[in-house]
Amino acid sequence: MTTVPKIELRDVHKGFGSKKVLDGIDLSVNAGESVVVIGGSGTGKSVMLKSILGLLRPERGSILVDGEEVVGIRGNARERVLRKFGMLFQGSALFDSLKVWENVAFGLINGQGMPRPKAKEVALTKLAEVGLGADVGELNPAELSGGMQKRVALARAIAAEPEIIFFDEPTTGLDPIMGDVINELIVSSVKKLGVTTLSITHDMASARKIADRIAMIFEGKIIWQGPASAIENSGNAYVDQFIHGRAEGPIRMQVRRP
Amino acid sequence: MTNPVALIGRIFLDFLAAAGRLSIFAYNGIRYAFVPPYYPRAIGRQMLTIGYFSLPVVGLTALFTGMVLALQIYIGSSRFNAESAVASIVVIGITRELGPVLAGLIVAGRVSAAMAAEIGTMRVTEQIDALITLSTNPFKYLMAPRLIAGVTMLPLLVAVADVIGVFGGYLVGTRTLGFNPAAYLQNTFDYLHTEDVVSGLVKAAVFGFIIALMGAYQGYFSKGGAQGVGRAATNAVVTASILILTTDYFITKLFFAR
Ligand SMILES: Nc1ncnc2c1ncn2[C@@H]1O[C@H](COP(=O)(O)OP(=O)(O)OP(=O)(O)O)[C@@H](O)[C@H]1O
Ligand SMILES: [Mg+2]
Repeated sequence: MTTVPKIELRDVHKGFGSKKVLDGIDLSVNAGESVVVIGGSGTGKSVMLKSILGLLRPERGSILVDGEEVVGIRGNARERVLRKFGMLFQGSALFDSLKVWENVAFGLINGQGMPRPKAKEVALTKLAEVGLGADVGELNPAELSGGMQKRVALARAIAAEPEIIFFDEPTTGLDPIMGDVINELIVSSVKKLGVTTLSITHDMASARKIADRIAMIFEGKIIWQGPASAIENSGNAYVDQFIHGRAEGPIRMQVRRP
Repeated sequence: MTNPVALIGRIFLDFLAAAGRLSIFAYNGIRYAFVPPYYPRAIGRQMLTIGYFSLPVVGLTALFTGMVLALQIYIGSSRFNAESAVASIVVIGITRELGPVLAGLIVAGRVSAAMAAEIGTMRVTEQIDALITLSTNPFKYLMAPRLIAGVTMLPLLVAVADVIGVFGGYLVGTRTLGFNPAAYLQNTFDYLHTEDVVSGLVKAAVFGFIIALMGAYQGYFSKGGAQGVGRAATNAVVTASILILTTDYFITKLFFAR
């Protein structure tokens, strides 16, 4: 019996103007699996996540969620699909007109129609899970440090207990200890709740910890993927250069020297 | 370098594209104002910003406009011994024209710029994307409350402005120009028709719609960081003001023809 992947991208193309960003991405994520995508800055990792969510529309290719085509769906069908997802944005994207707890409870109150007092309780529990107290809940997002904002965004992404969670650089901007707490949190939510996750990170320690499978994106394509344990012996020069952070190698950074 | 005919064609096509985009945007804004879920908190907040917080500046404008109108009309009408017309011309001028137009322009400056900046910032910081992933339709959550508040609050503001403007005329008429207070009031109401007030309030509702629409529209489609947000705010004020002045003519003509 073949199982339908939770998410499947087939030959996805997306560009901006004349610039090609995604150039035929093929990737699938199985239910309950945690896949980490690595790749250089500006290679289109965030664009890939936004394409799956329908925030950007690919020019070509097909994206399936639970076997259902999601490219170009609208209205109620789209809302129903989006209910399966939680997303941690790279820049946190907290609503600055709302308090921290209202941010975390937003999906519960406005998406699911949960009464405010109940939603607040849930929000405070989620905030505690990311190491933030109830006093922080009453602040405005602008009053928090960048790392705290990231944690609030994380709490918001998991608050509604979605089936699929996207983490766009969850540990960037956190100190190493808090970074590890967040890694643990991601691992435990996958294990406990059976959530499917697709994460992006530059942080190899984090990638090793949370990934079942790692995929590397380069020039708009997935050039390597395999089990997390195989990353050290990938036999791929691009992957080797990336995970060891060497300036020398097949990946040439676009730095112009005079 | 460029062919002037091609340039004109391109400008015309851009204009049509923008007009089409605006129409679809307006249509969605109106449509979603009538479908649940409703966001009473968001509506209340917008009503407060647009209506209540605009009261001082609109009231002050109306007061001085009424006062100066009385002076000017007195000067003009005294040239053919028609000073007794001051009261009725002031009230007609204020209710039909100056009340709604000045209130509209002032609120456009105050509110549509702020609205465009707020929504524009939400756009560039991905808060609108976050809204969508939390199963909340930005048209319902952001646009509809603003449009509802604009359409309901502007007529209220203008009603207040009408009273204050007439009172300004009365002050100058009785204190400076030596009219008998009772006679001035008598003149004010004798020649005032229901239609004068109603046409002014209809204008106000339309202007309220324009103000909210342009603020939301310019913000929603802003791009390019802080600079883009600044441009959106300026464009919102300029386009709202121009639309107010042009639709004013057409609404007047509509009432005039009857
Ligand atoms: N809305 C947009 N309009 C135009 N170009 C865009 C847009 N979004 C992304 N891009 C371009 O697409 C490319 C990929 O962007 P993306 O944000 O996906 O990079 P990334 O892989 O997430 O990088 P990083 O690791 O730095 O976050 C970039 O070159 C960027 O300039
Ligand atoms: Mg990114």
